Amino acid sequence: MIPRPRPERFRLRRTMMFMNAQKPGLIKDAYIYGVDSIMLDLEDAVAENQKDAARFSLYHALKTIDYGDTEVIVRINGLDTPHWQEDIRVCVAGGADGIRIAKCESANDVKTVEAAVEKAEEEFGVEKGRTLLMAALESPKGILNAYEICAASERMFGVAISGGDFRKCMQTTPQRDGIDMVVARGQMLIAARAAGIQCFDTVFTNLDDQEGFEAEVRQNKAMGFDGKSLINPKQIRYVHEVFAPTEKEVRQAEKIVSAFRENAAKGLGVFTVDGKMIDIAFIPGAERTLRLARACGMYEGDLV
Amino acid sequence: MEILKPAMAGTLESSDAQVTVEPGNGKIELSLESSVMNQYGRQIRQTVLETLDRLGVTSANVTMVDKGALDCTIKARVECAVMRSCGKSEASIPWGGMIK
Amino acid sequence: MINKVGRDIPDYLLKNGKEVYQGKNYMDGKYIQKAAPKTRRYEKPQESKIAESIVKALKDCGAKSGMTFSFHHHLRDGDFVVNMVMKAAIEELGLDNLTIAATSLGSAHDPIADYIEQGKVVGIQTSGIRGRMGEVVSAGKLPTPAIIRSHGGRPRAIEGGEVHIDIAFIAAPTSDCVGNCRGIGGKSNCGSLGYAMSDAKYADHVVVITDCLVDFPNMPASVEAIDVDAVVVVDSIGNPKKIASAAARISQNPRDLMMAENVAKVIASTPYFKEGFSFQTGVGGPSLAANLFLEKYMDERNIKMGWAIGGICGPMVELLKKGKVGKVIDVQDFDLDAVNSINQTPNHFEMSASQYANPANKGAFVNKLDFVVLAALEIDTGFNVNVLTGSDGVLRGAPGGHPDTAAGSKCCIIVTPLVRGRMATVCEHVVTVTTPGDCVDVLVTDYGIAVNPLRPDLIKCLDDAGIKHVTIEELKEKAYSLVGRPDDLEWEDKVVAVLEARDGTILDVVRKIKPYHV
Repeated sequence: MIPRPRPERFRLRRTMMFMNAQKPGLIKDAYIYGVDSIMLDLEDAVAENQKDAARFSLYHALKTIDYGDTEVIVRINGLDTPHWQEDIRVCVAGGADGIRIAKCESANDVKTVEAAVEKAEEEFGVEKGRTLLMAALESPKGILNAYEICAASERMFGVAISGGDFRKCMQTTPQRDGIDMVVARGQMLIAARAAGIQCFDTVFTNLDDQEGFEAEVRQNKAMGFDGKSLINPKQIRYVHEVFAPTEKEVRQAEKIVSAFRENAAKGLGVFTVDGKMIDIAFIPGAERTLRLARACGMYEGDLV
Repeated sequence: MEILKPAMAGTLESSDAQVTVEPGNGKIELSLESSVMNQYGRQIRQTVLETLDRLGVTSANVTMVDKGALDCTIKARVECAVMRSCGKSEASIPWGGMIK
Repeated sequence: MINKVGRDIPDYLLKNGKEVYQGKNYMDGKYIQKAAPKTRRYEKPQESKIAESIVKALKDCGAKSGMTFSFHHHLRDGDFVVNMVMKAAIEELGLDNLTIAATSLGSAHDPIADYIEQGKVVGIQTSGIRGRMGEVVSAGKLPTPAIIRSHGGRPRAIEGGEVHIDIAFIAAPTSDCVGNCRGIGGKSNCGSLGYAMSDAKYADHVVVITDCLVDFPNMPASVEAIDVDAVVVVDSIGNPKKIASAAARISQNPRDLMMAENVAKVIASTPYFKEGFSFQTGVGGPSLAANLFLEKYMDERNIKMGWAIGGICGPMVELLKKGKVGKVIDVQDFDLDAVNSINQTPNHFEMSASQYANPANKGAFVNKLDFVVLAALEIDTGFNVNVLTGSDGVLRGAPGGHPDTAAGSKCCIIVTPLVRGRMATVCEHVVTVTTPGDCVDVLVTDYGIAVNPLRPDLIKCLDDAGIKHVTIEELKEKAYSLVGRPDDLEWEDKVVAVLEARDGTILDVVRKIKPYHV
């Protein structure tokens, strides 16, 4: 039995890799590739008549496998299926770090899941509030309700768009420049930032089109996403490269954070670094840069 | 639990195991085939019997074809097959109780 | 008697000067008396040496019960020749008490298992053994243990007279009417015929079996007419589809790629990675993929590979054609890209098994090798590698050139996943030692890298390059924590195979396994 620490609501999530919860060979060590979060899938990857079997596999995987620092999220079946309640029970009982709500369309959907999670936490003696939530927006309605969804619960750490279903609804297909989803991505990002939670882009499914994948990752970074969902370990490295801060950004962040701590000790709230005025508003960003730098092997100091 | 009807769980893919349970004659009859029999046959047998015991199964014919599954997978497959045979695999599973 | 790698070798095997393994380079500087074959003179000019059938050729060569026949494995899993010859000898000529000395045997040779069970084949000497033959030999069906040798150990044993070949059979994709053979130009092409060369020079009689007779002289010949007694033309010597795959593709498996990248990183961290370095890699997933990442480092540092050896396949030919490797020297070809390149692409040459790897000659290629990247079925905490027996104790592998390249190279890297299914690849004690730990330098797995403590210089290289590594004990514990600690295999006393170290000492024995029954 592997005890997992209490999940951290706002941790580093550059990469979230989907894995079929029903495949023992896949889930046993998905963490070796250095992904930030793995997403064990009870939904689309699992055939309708194997939903029960997948839960037994998932339960024992969660209880037995040492995932280390890798976050373990489970994608549960949609609220319009007969499966989601048992999915939530097994996630909570097994100690998953978080649950991804598929096809989320309203704040009410989040609250429905939250209530079931709370009930399960009580049933299995799990610390209340431990299990985090994220929502997948897969429809125009979900995108239009993005803000209320993002702000629906203290358990919500992030929101992601699911490109496959969304594009079908919009009667479009993947475009090289991302024009097909640019508005939806933008609206979701704004909602997530307004609610103060993280925001993740959809998967890129054509594994043979590395160039297209890389272009999309660069666009994700430019738009301000926190990370991206992936379908194959070979996609991890490029995302981590693109999402890594520059050496200059790291040194600047280091200066800001250490100067802030020194000045705060002296009672000063506003000061200058390299001639630029700095106050407390700069600190969360600088600390985030340092945490990211540490994950990328670029920072070994003790400021974060 | 009483094995009511034949049921199966798992696949023959590498790292998986396929378990079949059928109503028995008052005892556990286990037939085991494994790609790692010489090194793990004893441990696999023990895991299967312990899992059946935890589920309160005392009478069953159990067949397992193992393709190098880890213990956690073996347990999951045995539990699922037994629960399916009782028609109880879909909901209200005793996670952390009988299933652990 | 316990040998240098801790294996108990029964005393009854230590006769006629046989010794147990004493460590790397133990035989260095000793003299070897070469054994000359007794061959027939063909003074009178001959129009042709074509015999109408294998039976006729066998009779002409004086085949009789108790003889040793040799074969080579360039036709790999597509080979028809071993089965064809043994059927003619046993079923048509009624011979028995025969020994097969092959460079390797595979699942193509399943029918030979029947001859072993019938007691017609009583001896097996080979580098590899798989399929049904592996099972019957493991079950103790041979009256004397099989002898397993490396690709370098075999020509050593032949040249030194430990193996006397009565008739060598050469499976030739093309031959002319007097027996000049090549591996290309026919319908069952295999490229290099390197493993057949010592056989042809040291056998009393040599029979060429071909399915493509070409005009005299078939030049440049890999096996020359001066050594050949008879040529037999058959419909087909093998299944081309199984001889050489269309093209060995570099694995897309993310686990393989991750390990391959780490292999390249390790290589690039050593002082041997410099202009003109030499390299050999296996064709397994992660080993072959190392080519890809190595090229990246070569480009970055602006250096070229001096030469590469081995079993060769497409990706190495590609590097040669791009001018990134100076010369490729080749004992066997694994895919059509390599088959079509040998002796055609400038600087792609053929060599014999002895020239490749024999520890008793005066300068095998392996001795000049900088890096070799190899796979393993198992590796233990003493860095001993097993590539012969499955972890269930059954023969199903091949030392091949593994022990030779590991011993000769400056840096031997083993690359393997930590576990396969439920089997721990990194373990406490390998079932059989096929490559001794003192020849193995670095282990790369999907869970981390370990360096042999015998190589503090390499440990420093990795540290300086910031490459994380752990002890091999940690990797073993991780493996057992994933799959559970395996029960010890149970053995009977009977030895079913003797594993010779490349220098001819006894490295290990394989005993008959007692299977576990529920």
